[in-house]
Parts: sequence; structure tokens; C-alpha cells
Amino acid sequence: MIRFLVTKIALLIPTFVGVTLLTFAMIRLIPGDPILLLAGERGIDPDRYAELRTQYGFDKPLLIQYGNYIVDVLQGDLGRSIVTKKPVLTEFLTLFPATIELSLCAMIFAVLVGLPVGIIAGVRRGTIWDHSVMGVSLTGYSMPIFWWGLLLIILFSVNLGWTPVSGRISLLYYFDSVTGFMLIDSLLSGQEGAFRSAVSHLILPSIVLGTIPLAVIARMTRSSMLEVLNEDYVRTARAKGLPPVRVIGLHALRNALIPVVTVIGLQVGVLLAGAILTETIFSWPGIGKWLIESVHRRDYPALQGGILLVAIVVMLVNLSVDLLYGLINPRIRHRR
Amino acid sequence: MKRRLLGAAVISTLALGMAFSAEAKTLVYCSEGSPEGFNPQLFTAGTTFDASSVPVYDRLVEFVRGGTEIEPGLAESWEISDDGLTYTFHLRDGVKFHSTENFTPTRELNADDVIFSFERQWKEDHPYHDVSGGSYEYFASMGMPDLIKAIEKVDDHTVRFMLNAPNAPFLADMAMDFASIMSAEYAEAMMDAGTPEQVDLQPIGTGPFQLVAYQKDAVIRYRANPDYWQGKAAIDDLVFAITPDASVRYAKLRAGECHVMPYPNPADVEAMKDNPNLTVMEQEGLNVGYLAFNTEKEPFTDKRVRQALNMAINRDAIIEAVYQGAGTKAKNPIPPTMWSYNEDVEDYPYDPERAKQLLAEAGYADGFQTDLWAMPVQRPYNPNAERMAEMVQADWREVGVNAEIVTYEWGEYLERSVNGEHQTVLLGWTGDNGDPDNFLYVLLGCDAAQDGANRARWCHEPFDDLIVQARQISDQDKRAELYEEAQIIFKEEAPWVTVAHSVVFMPMRKEVTGYKVSPFGKHDFYGVDLQE
Repeated sequence: MIRFLVTKIALLIPTFVGVTLLTFAMIRLIPGDPILLLAGERGIDPDRYAELRTQYGFDKPLLIQYGNYIVDVLQGDLGRSIVTKKPVLTEFLTLFPATIELSLCAMIFAVLVGLPVGIIAGVRRGTIWDHSVMGVSLTGYSMPIFWWGLLLIILFSVNLGWTPVSGRISLLYYFDSVTGFMLIDSLLSGQEGAFRSAVSHLILPSIVLGTIPLAVIARMTRSSMLEVLNEDYVRTARAKGLPPVRVIGLHALRNALIPVVTVIGLQVGVLLAGAILTETIFSWPGIGKWLIESVHRRDYPALQGGILLVAIVVMLVNLSVDLLYGLINPRIRHRR
Repeated sequence: MKRRLLGAAVISTLALGMAFSAEAKTLVYCSEGSPEGFNPQLFTAGTTFDASSVPVYDRLVEFVRGGTEIEPGLAESWEISDDGLTYTFHLRDGVKFHSTENFTPTRELNADDVIFSFERQWKEDHPYHDVSGGSYEYFASMGMPDLIKAIEKVDDHTVRFMLNAPNAPFLADMAMDFASIMSAEYAEAMMDAGTPEQVDLQPIGTGPFQLVAYQKDAVIRYRANPDYWQGKAAIDDLVFAITPDASVRYAKLRAGECHVMPYPNPADVEAMKDNPNLTVMEQEGLNVGYLAFNTEKEPFTDKRVRQALNMAINRDAIIEAVYQGAGTKAKNPIPPTMWSYNEDVEDYPYDPERAKQLLAEAGYADGFQTDLWAMPVQRPYNPNAERMAEMVQADWREVGVNAEIVTYEWGEYLERSVNGEHQTVLLGWTGDNGDPDNFLYVLLGCDAAQDGANRARWCHEPFDDLIVQARQISDQDKRAELYEEAQIIFKEEAPWVTVAHSVVFMPMRKEVTGYKVSPFGKHDFYGVDLQE
């Protein structure tokens, strides 16, 4: 098990180098100059322009810029945003809890709905249940997030008035952020109704962000279930006269879950990508919106730092999924 | 059951909201983005000004609410010397700065605060110059470092600015955001505490609202300043709910989650006007969208060609298709809300036949090839440059001129057009200080032709003489005469096609009263009230 762990962690190093190199190079490949963009139509004096380039280190050769960047990163310094002039790490840390909160809720929604629906479709293969689950999930998978989000807002928030349009909590509630997670902070604040307000603000964005993972999980569970149900041991279990609930719930499901767990892990990356759009629609103060804005303004330090941190999070999640996978499936951790 | 629960939750939230608004009047503004920071000296974005200089700070002089005229601010009066080189400001008595948890002011506003506010930006050896990144782009781009010769404290309530050259727009510049007055005492206290950057994060001003809290990308909260020198604001609390998407802002406005929103989608404006709960205010923005001919390049050196291409474009069709009603046809380079706007200037008609004739006279009966640059971004003065370019291209083809549409990434577009690489280019301008000089000198003067901001690279002496003279005298009536004359020359020489001035829409809930649309595109909530 330890050897398995060490190999997995060692593999992170080349990934880390790859991510820094890619983000650094790609941002600079997009045409656009952060200083000129900030100046806009007003323009900037050539001397002042040169001065600012020196200040940000853009006047040095790319290789040296990259070298300096890596040295700084290894010391934990991600630089300062060109736009706000604040440390990138500080900005990331103030925004990231909102993204985690939303992603977690979206994932819980996707799993809670996706798994049972997938199981039903698998067990009742070929029935109307199966067909409708597959049809609906295909629609969900192909739904453009932006359109889907606005549709839900107009229906539930504007016309029916059941849920708030956007934001994390009603503006009536005002308390200091302790953990950055609104669900926890609202409970800690002790203000009546704050928690309920936070939950109601989470409903629509979680559904929108969770729709694609839900579809993927449902389809994956179904096919995995179908495969397992044809295995010999399931037939044996049935032949032994075990009740169907036990056969499906214990023998089949446990094995069927293995590929599903991997898929759930992979969906974390999808969630973070989807968060960019979802956060913009629901005015959710997370990192997705922040990254998009950094791209528009060519805010190199913010973009490099932000993507690197997100990549690290995705890598860690995948690592834990690998480890979890090893726990569920002994064949993997004992493979020589 | 679940549905009923949810419904109950919503109803109770609403009830709570009503109780809340009965106690304190809270106005919620769905702003379009986060401010870059809270010091208007350091940044140039409208979101920053809306969040800092407008609610929190005051200036020596101010723009009249909803206008471009200058009125007294922190300076109750001022004198300008006859040679236009010395400006003496007399400060108002009894102006109080905000108090916060970290800082309680011990004195009222005085000359030291004014000097601190300018010297921080101006003097590189000022202890605050390098704090928070230390770049003062607006101060620099308005030419202040070269213009200011000295700033003197005459007594506690009198400050004198000495200039290197007479510059009439200087007074208007003093009403701009970068000229906001900050507390020297607060700055000193924070420097002593070793946290100078607090001055920029936790602003203390003399303005109508005081910053309470800011959560990036989520919300900004202000409280009305009870001691404001013009009297406390009618609302008690001001909240900015940051909402970047225009459709979502509209949804929030309809659902009553905010009272005022900026920048609606033009396509939504009709529906907004029909909604009985909403009012839509509108005003022409202080901007112009134009097409500039590079007058240094053939065939645009010939005025007849420029006039012909003016007449070849059907601007009414462009206004309808590109601006979707959110624009008015422009005939002068300055917008109609600006003083000295010349009503009598005669615009070029849409007349392709006459255009062909003029081209033939100039020796281009068979037309010619040109490029036509279209901006890659949406701007207040031009919501869709590519579409506009396509329409111009089609119109010009009718008179035999073949235009190839060219575009670059925005930063590159600006830089290349400064260098004059284009033949014809679409661009625009939004006014900074409401002075005609800020359009005519900055965009069309000979100095600007040299440094490239004059995209037509047009240096025409009779015109330049007028606008240079106008910036040196301080009598506004005389200046207006000069500018009116300059606009006639401009039209005759046709270095631009003046396309449009955009119209700014401000949708708000019916209960909002007293709002005034700022021609500068700022959003000011002092003087605004909520009707029960």
C-alpha cells in the first residue's frame, strides 16, 4: 500500500511541471498585453509603458521569466494581480470556499439522484423506466449550462418566486465570514433564517452545475450494473435463493460501483470547468468568475496562480480517488 | 409537501425583508462587476469609481448631478489668476471625515488633506507614492505631472495650485475621480501603525456614504454618513449586489432583489418599459463612436474622398441595426450634452450619387481598395463594431470602394492604430471631465496626431489654432465660441465619419425616486430615495 502511495505521489511532480509550463506558455501565446488593455482607449505614455513592463518583469526573456516564476512558486509566492494589485493567493483563498461549497452540493445532488436512477435503469432494463432515464440524461448531458441556468431562474425565481435569483445569501443577513462556507457561517452567525436563506440560494446553482455529472453518473451506473448483473456470481447468488434486494444491493452494487467512483473523481475537473459558467450566471463569488475575468484582462499572475492552484486541487482529488479505488478493489493495491 | 415548505420559506423571507426596510431604508444596486480596489487614484475602471470616489469621497469641485457643469465641492469658492497659471481654492469649514473601528479623526478637513491627496500621486519621493503598487495612470494620462508646478498651503483653508502652462480644463480635471480628497491624518496614523495600504483597502473620505464591508465578487455594503456636509442621504444603507450578467440583473430587478441596475441588454429595454413595476431612465452618454480616415495615407489625404465616404454611409441603418435604438446619430465629434456643442453644423446627407461624383472629381471614378479596422470588443460607444464594419463595407461597395475588414486583439488593435498602421479605423471615446478640450484636443489636435491618439493623424492648422487657444483662456463663453467654430472646420474637413453617441439606459424599480443619470456613466445614490 505504501509503495502504491509513493508511486502515485511521485507521479504528481511531472504533472506539476507540465501545468506550470503550459499555463505560463499558453497565456503568453494569446495575443494581448495586460498593460495596454488596462490603459484602453486612453493610451499610455511609451516611457511609462516601459517602466511598467520592467516592474512586472515582462522585459526579460521568457525563459528567465519562467525561471523566476517557478522559484517564486516554490517559495509559496504566486505574485500579485496586475489588476487589483493584491496577492494572488489571498484572492484565491477568499474565493475558493464558495466554489468548493457549490461543487460539493452539486456533486451530492448528482450522486444522490444519479446513482439510484442509474440502478433502476440497469435493473429494469428495456422498460419505460430505462428509456426515460436514458433519454432525460442524454438531454441533461447536452444542455448548455448558460441556457439551462437562465431557464431555471426565469421559471423558479422570477415567475414562481420560489428561489432567489442569484447570490449566496439574502442581503438582509450580514455577518463576518469565518470559514468562507456560507452554510457553516450562516449557522455560526446564529441569525434566524440565515441558514435557510443560504440553502435556498444553493438550490438552483447546484442543480445547474450538477446536471452534467448527474447524467454521466446515471449512465455509468446503468451500464456497470448491467455488466455485473450478467456475472456468474450474481447468477449463483440468485440461484441460492437470496432475495433480489440483497443480490442487487450487496453483491452487484458493490462491484458495479468501482468504475462509478472513478467517474465521480473525474467529474471534479468537469465541475470546476462548469463552475466558470454557473458562477457567472448566479453571481456566485467563486474562482470560476475570477479566472474568466483574468483571461479577459490578461492578468498573467492571477491566471497562472489560479490555474496552478486549481490543477493542484484536481490532482489531489484524483489521487484520493486512486487511493479510494485501491481500498474498494484489493486487486489494484496488490498488483505487482 | 416540499413545495409548500419552500413556499413558506420564501414568504417568511419576504416578510422579514419588509420589516427590515421599515426600520432602515436600504437601496440595493445590482452592479456589473467588482471594483479593482477602493482608491480611485490607483485605478481607472468605472466599477472602481462607482464603489469608491462616488460614494466615499468628495473633490474640491464637483460635476452637477446628472450634468457636466462644475459646482463647488469641498472648495466653496476659487479664483483663477488672469494669466491662467494660478488656481486658489478656499476650503469649506466643518467638513468631517468618516470614523471607523480603526480610526477616529481628530480634526476636520484642511489644506493638508488636499496636499496629501495630490502629492502622493505627483511626487515620487512622497512616503505614500509606492504604497499599493504606486501607479497613478489617470493622474498621468491627464497630463498632471507635467502641468502642475507647485501646490502650496496658503493657510489651513486655502490651497494654491501653480501650473506650468495655462490650461482651462484644469478646473474640470479637479472634479475627476483621481482628484478625490483623502485624509492625511488617517494616512499618517496607518503609516505609523505599519499598515499604510489600509488607506486603500478601508477608505476614509468625506463623502455621503461610508464603506462597511466588501466581499469580492459578491457584495459591497455602505452606511449613510450621518455628518455629511450636504446633509445625510435619504437612504440609510446602500448595498451593491455584484451581478455580472445582464440577463440575471434584469431577473433580479423583476424579482425585487435589487432596485437599480446598469447596462441592460438593448433587446430587453422594450420589455422593461412595458413592465408596470419598472421605470427606464435614459440619457445620451458622454461619448462618440467614429470612423477615422488616416489622413497621412492616399487617397485619404484628399478631403473630397473623405467627404464622399461620409456621404456613402447610411448611418440611420447602422443606428438601427447596431445600436438597436440605444444610440443617436452624431454630427459633431462632441456629444450634444456637452457645452459648446454646435447645433448649426450641417451634417453630410446619405447620398451615394453625390459620393460617386466627388470620388470621380478626386480621380477615383473606378473606386479603390482600402482596409477597414473593426474593434474586437464591445464598447459603450459601439456595441458591435464587426456588424458596423460589414454595413460600412456594403455601403462603400455601392460607390465602388472595396474595403477589407481587419481586426486584432484589443490591446494590439489600440497599439497598431496609435502607430497609424490603418487606412480607416473604427473607434470611439468616452469623456473624462466633460470639457470639449477632452475630445477636440485629445482626439483631433496636432499634438495628438503626433503621439497617435488622433487616429486620423489629422493636423489641420486653422482647427488646431482654435482649440489650442481655447485651452489657454478661462472665460467659458469665449472658449465656447472657439469650439463652435472648430466644429464647423472639422465637419468641412471630414477627418472622421461621426457615427453615433450611445444612449445609456438605467432601469429601476418604480419606488426609486430622485435618481439622475450621469453623463459620465457613474452611478450616484446620494439624493436618491425609496418611496414606501
